[in-house]
Amino acid sequence: MNRMLILATVAALAWTVAGCGEKPSVTVYKQGQYQGKPDKQPWDNDQFKGDKTAWEKSVKARNLGQNEYVRISGG
Amino acid sequence: MARMKFLCDAERCIECNGCVTACKQEHEIPWGVNRRRVVTLNDGVPGEKSISVACMHCSDAPCMAVCPVDCFYKTSEGVVLHDKDLCIGCGYCFYACPFGAPQFPQDGAFGLRGKMDKCTFCAGGPEPDFSAAEFKKYGRNRLAEGKLPACAEMCATKALLGGDSDVIADIYRNRVLKRGKGSEVWGWGTAYGKPEKQPAAQPGAKS
Repeated sequence: MNRMLILATVAALAWTVAGCGEKPSVTVYKQGQYQGKPDKQPWDNDQFKGDKTAWEKSVKARNLGQNEYVRISGG
Repeated sequence: MARMKFLCDAERCIECNGCVTACKQEHEIPWGVNRRRVVTLNDGVPGEKSISVACMHCSDAPCMAVCPVDCFYKTSEGVVLHDKDLCIGCGYCFYACPFGAPQFPQDGAFGLRGKMDKCTFCAGGPEPDFSAAEFKKYGRNRLAEGKLPACAEMCATKALLGGDSDVIADIYRNRVLKRGKGSEVWGWGTAYGKPEKQPAAQPGAKS
């Protein structure tokens, strides 16, 4: 009788804690958050080597180049 | 630097489709997919107006809101991009987009809808810059080369402006003042009327 009680207690204990060792094996989906690969900044490459100022200067020159009033008549 | 935007001047667009051709050529876009197209309003009627339409990279982009797999992200320059590895081609973004920007290439023998393709503002995608994978999936990354979108830079009449919103708005303002008409900017209220949606902070990500 005593042995049966011990066995039942051990079995109940094992059953109770059975799920405790489980770890999540899939990525947690967070609603509304980007799930894909991270991207780098446009200046973090071989051409600009992380120089944000140089990149901004280059883009700004191209931006201003779209103003034909400046390009043709010089102002 | 402010955020990147497109601006199409309907007074200047001559429907030459140079922007469409530039985009197709730059990114080697497959047959049947048009990241940019020219739409003519009141075609054939005197006073018809043409506008060049593509993804406007909206402030509060509806495509981002409806995507069931959350494959969209916004860069620090305000460019809306997506990860094609995650896209399931459901087409929700197409229904949500007010500009009809998302395109779906035919994939497979039975006309299945492939992964969504859209204008990237010539900013590539989440693959490494200048890599073959990036070019194949998203096209050329001109922004990382310090250049602006090919469509805007190729526009012969400078009807299509693309770039830093402060600069292109200034260019347009001066233009309107000089010619004295045509101050309406098509699509700006729809695309940029809502306040900027703050991107979720993610380590290592652009947004």
